[in-house]
Amino acid sequence: MSKGKTKTSYQIPIGPIHPALKEPVQFNFEIEGEKIVDVDIKLGQVHRSIEWAATKRNPVQVLYLAERICGICSYCHPMAFTLATERVAKIEVPERAQYLRIIHQELERICSHVLWAGVAAHEIGFDTVLFLTWQIRETALDLTEYLCGNRITKGITMIGGVRRDITSDMLPYINEKLNLIKGSWEKLRKIFLEDKTFQLRSQGCGVLTKEDALKLCAVGPLARASGVKKDVRIDQPYFSFGDFDIEYMTPDIVTGEVNGDVYDRIIVRLLEVKQSVELIGESIDRMPEGEIVSEPKLVKLLNQLKKIEGEGIGRMEAPRGEVFHYVKYMNAESPYSWKVRAPTYSNVLPWIPMFMGEQIADIPIVAASTDPCMSCTNRVGIVKNGRQSYMTSEQLHHLSVKKTKELMK
Amino acid sequence: MKFTMLPRTFAQMFKKPFTNKFPAKYAPASVTGFLKAVGEGKAKMIPPVETPPNFRGKIQYDKESCIGCKLCIKVCPTGAIEFKPEDKKIKIYLARCCFCSQCNDICPKDSLSMSNEFLLADTDKYSKDLIVE
Repeated sequence: MSKGKTKTSYQIPIGPIHPALKEPVQFNFEIEGEKIVDVDIKLGQVHRSIEWAATKRNPVQVLYLAERICGICSYCHPMAFTLATERVAKIEVPERAQYLRIIHQELERICSHVLWAGVAAHEIGFDTVLFLTWQIRETALDLTEYLCGNRITKGITMIGGVRRDITSDMLPYINEKLNLIKGSWEKLRKIFLEDKTFQLRSQGCGVLTKEDALKLCAVGPLARASGVKKDVRIDQPYFSFGDFDIEYMTPDIVTGEVNGDVYDRIIVRLLEVKQSVELIGESIDRMPEGEIVSEPKLVKLLNQLKKIEGEGIGRMEAPRGEVFHYVKYMNAESPYSWKVRAPTYSNVLPWIPMFMGEQIADIPIVAASTDPCMSCTNRVGIVKNGRQSYMTSEQLHHLSVKKTKELMK
Repeated sequence: MKFTMLPRTFAQMFKKPFTNKFPAKYAPASVTGFLKAVGEGKAKMIPPVETPPNFRGKIQYDKESCIGCKLCIKVCPTGAIEFKPEDKKIKIYLARCCFCSQCNDICPKDSLSMSNEFLLADTDKYSKDLIVE
């Protein structure tokens, strides 16, 4: 972009730390009037050396380290690491554990997608819906707490299985909560898909075409909203997903067409919440009796993992897309190497075509629409004609609310 | 419908708030003062939302049955457990604990267990409440 050639063109840096971004990442927007004409993305502000720390710990300790990569994906990271480790150690997972793993994964997906729906509503200035989604998420979190012992950090993963079983006396509570989520889902669907405010702000906004999604390797709901049929659960079934008849959730199921805009992403995530609730119910019905972990004696397991050699990968469909873990063992107590590729990494480049031609007030909702991982504070710096001023989250939020109000007129 | 949220918003006005107002309906000016008043029976505390069964709260340690095998130290992800060589027992620093209950699982004598206690906020990380031994 030729800087300063046109009089109207100026730059807005957003990030590295900003409420609309959820993750420390820096955007440099080239703005012409209200329109975004160019965007540059800088990554790498949140390196925590987690992968290095893993090489100083034994595999059981790494599970809890992996859990803390992300607060919302606190299940899929340790589980992807477990899948990779099990592949190296050639551990067979009992069938009951496979079904239990599906239940926990889908529960995490419900929490994550409902949370995202609330954040999206907040970003366009519709805070009433934020509180409604939080009410639904609370139900899902209560169920998580009941099954795992805690709300966010589940601590349910174990190499060779899971740590807690679902007994028959727990079923009434689980069914009650699942029915509650199902009932609330219908309300949520009405609000998100029929309300004028959402349609005004999200239709035709942040468009990602199917070609761009394929070219830039988008993953997860973002890719599916653009019409790319991509889902690890179906493409390369892990756990017991091979036994289930899962469909690719694309927006044409509801609207009959694929636009690849923010509205389509809302549809995809809502459909996936419904799909997850059905999957949990089905897994509970089909779960066979048996062991929940292949090696209940932890000491024996640790000794076994000490002697393994080789490398393995773990792939999973996390709420945000495909998560990929690579791990290498070299006959030692701790892994020799560990590499994590979170889904947001693949969803960074698709941001560029999505931002092009949008307005400044659309930045929060477009950035949030890929559901990047969280970590937030406030402040935007605006550099205009060499002078620098700061824009707080409240001001940017206000700008977004103002745009909604203008559209409503 | 154009404004699907409006009927729900109006209905909410006549419903009880979802929030459990713990520890009191209105935030007390001094929490320690409030707790003292509760202890003397002058004020009433609204209890927190109940924890589910098998909740992972503050660790409880049965010193008598511990044999000092150090297995819990080996699996603790945060290094919260310290070994005391003189009497072959352990000391747990809850300020570091991540409440994963992995030490409970590996303990051969079942000396460790998780309680329901979760109100562990403290200004001093080495305070008496945060060290289990």
